[in-house]
Amino acid sequence: MNFFNLIRLAWRALIRNKVRALLTMLGIIIGVASVITMVAIGQGSKQSIRDQLSSMGSNMVTVRPYSNQTVGGGAMLGPSGLQTLKITDIEAIKKSSPHVTAVSPVVSSSGQSINASKNWPVSIQGVYPDYFSIREWKLKEGILFTDKDVKTSSKVCLLGQTVVENLFTNGENPIGKVIRFNNIPIKVIGILEEKGESTFGQDQDNIIIAPFSTVQRRVLSIDYVQNIYASAIDENSSEKATNEITAALRKAHKLQNSEEDDFTVRTQAELISAISSTSELLTVLLAAIAGISLVVGGIGIMNIMYVSVTERTKEIGLRMSVGARGLDILMQFLVEAIMISITGGAIGVLLGITSSKLVTVFLSWPTLVSEPSIILAFAVCAFTGVFFGYYPAQKASRLDPIEALRYE
Amino acid sequence: MKRKILEIHDLKREFKMGDEIVRALRGVSFSIEEGEFVTIMGSSGSGKTTLLNVIGCLDKPTEGVYLLDGVNVKQLSRNQLAKLRNKKIGFVFQSYNLLARTSALENTELPLLYNASISSKERHDKALMALEAVKLSDRLHHLPNQLSGGQQQRVAIARALVNDPVMILADEATGNLDTRTSYEIMSLLQELNQHGKTIVFVTHEPDIAAFSSRTVTLKDGRVIKDIKNENVKSAKKALAALPVSDDY
Repeated sequence: MNFFNLIRLAWRALIRNKVRALLTMLGIIIGVASVITMVAIGQGSKQSIRDQLSSMGSNMVTVRPYSNQTVGGGAMLGPSGLQTLKITDIEAIKKSSPHVTAVSPVVSSSGQSINASKNWPVSIQGVYPDYFSIREWKLKEGILFTDKDVKTSSKVCLLGQTVVENLFTNGENPIGKVIRFNNIPIKVIGILEEKGESTFGQDQDNIIIAPFSTVQRRVLSIDYVQNIYASAIDENSSEKATNEITAALRKAHKLQNSEEDDFTVRTQAELISAISSTSELLTVLLAAIAGISLVVGGIGIMNIMYVSVTERTKEIGLRMSVGARGLDILMQFLVEAIMISITGGAIGVLLGITSSKLVTVFLSWPTLVSEPSIILAFAVCAFTGVFFGYYPAQKASRLDPIEALRYE
Repeated sequence: MKRKILEIHDLKREFKMGDEIVRALRGVSFSIEEGEFVTIMGSSGSGKTTLLNVIGCLDKPTEGVYLLDGVNVKQLSRNQLAKLRNKKIGFVFQSYNLLARTSALENTELPLLYNASISSKERHDKALMALEAVKLSDRLHHLPNQLSGGQQQRVAIARALVNDPVMILADEATGNLDTRTSYEIMSLLQELNQHGKTIVFVTHEPDIAAFSSRTVTLKDGRVIKDIKNENVKSAKKALAALPVSDDY
């Protein structure tokens, strides 16, 4: 019997028992739909965590001073008290790190900002213009300062949203105004876009950003660099960038092989992969639970196929007597089982996609329907059809035609 | 000499029932030539069902030789037997055995579905011809439950004819039918026989046997009588002689 006839035969057998076929499919439909929805929820939460981290600059590499030296009395020195990073390190990194696209030193301080009668506690950061691209921080209004401003220690700054809200309460435009930070007058030239809270609950918008030299000399009066921020070409090259920065800094600091680094280099990728792996595990667990329901659906198919074989024993006998081989009978029932599972699978895929959308709409959970999950669910249910359909079909194909014909 | 469709020599078939061996056929020999209309008779327990199964290639003999159209059946595998049934035998059963909710045409096409060398066009044409031969051209798309018993049996005969077998094998084919319809079916079979079809008809009704050209009688697994019927009754005439029932 050719394939087309097999399909037609199976289709007709299903149509003949519509309700039964539908109920049998239900197991598969629910299984496939839940696999797709669960994976979509898992992937969606993973994606949203990644996006959040990426908004901090996904290819960001940070350098902090580090030391295991102790001062008198055995107290360890914290990184903020160290002065190992110099402005010359920036040039060293720029020169010898091909995987680094942008570098900026950072110095920061905190104090009171004042505008007319309003004042507000805030931290100020001194950076290079590259810092904004490293942190993927965008300008909402006004302009950025330039390399020239850094060179001349211009008294200009950009305000974070929180600062704007607290210093300019009556809706006036801050741009062009002069505010005071620790009694130093600084002109506002731009406003930063809102960044919201960081993953760790810090308000990232309570900030004033000014040219590096302005903060270093005029505010802090120091000659070293507190942190260095750099960005790698992309997320994947951040490890290479880390190695290059380490090598450049060791050379610049003239460290012997036996000496430890006097700095630490961190990437965002480490953080991302740590958090991602947690949600990856969640996805696998959800998919496994859904997978079990697919197996249960498969058992449903097997059950109904056994019933179907018994019910149609006489038909099998007749088919054999007019020349059907065992294989023909096997294929007839196998195709029927596969058709149940594939039809169920197709409906399940549609239902899964729909319910993922509904989850996003009504629960506002992020979901991401991924193609591999659809393909996988579909493949598993086709396999389910073959696996659970095979034994009943084999039973049918091994019937003795004489016995089968006589069956009542 | 005419072609021998079927040759049986000292055929034996034994079944194991637990420790006991049941000898259903204890050495049967006869042969059938092309164009014969043979009835096989016997009471229940005579072995006629077992013989029918062997002749129909549904079962294999324990001992002895069975040649169907020159092919030795004993050496064939399950699949080869299926192929042989498909090509050489047309079955007609007592209970018609039509597929429910399947049209007369498609029921007739069934054996050809299992013959890969026949295209769907050929299949359709052959089924049409077979249904025409049983005078059911006007019932092509009727379902079995829309047909009378006699019509259903005619569809079954069409199904047996469609693959142009060397032999039609009927098992109590009139057992479920009233006398009038039985005669109609017999008349149809006689007509097919006159066109050269070899027919083997298993029955226990002597008046049906009277329509055949030869009767083989079995008892306790052996042939006790094998006689040519010199005076074949015409089913058509018998049908005409039946009183017209106008009870309804």
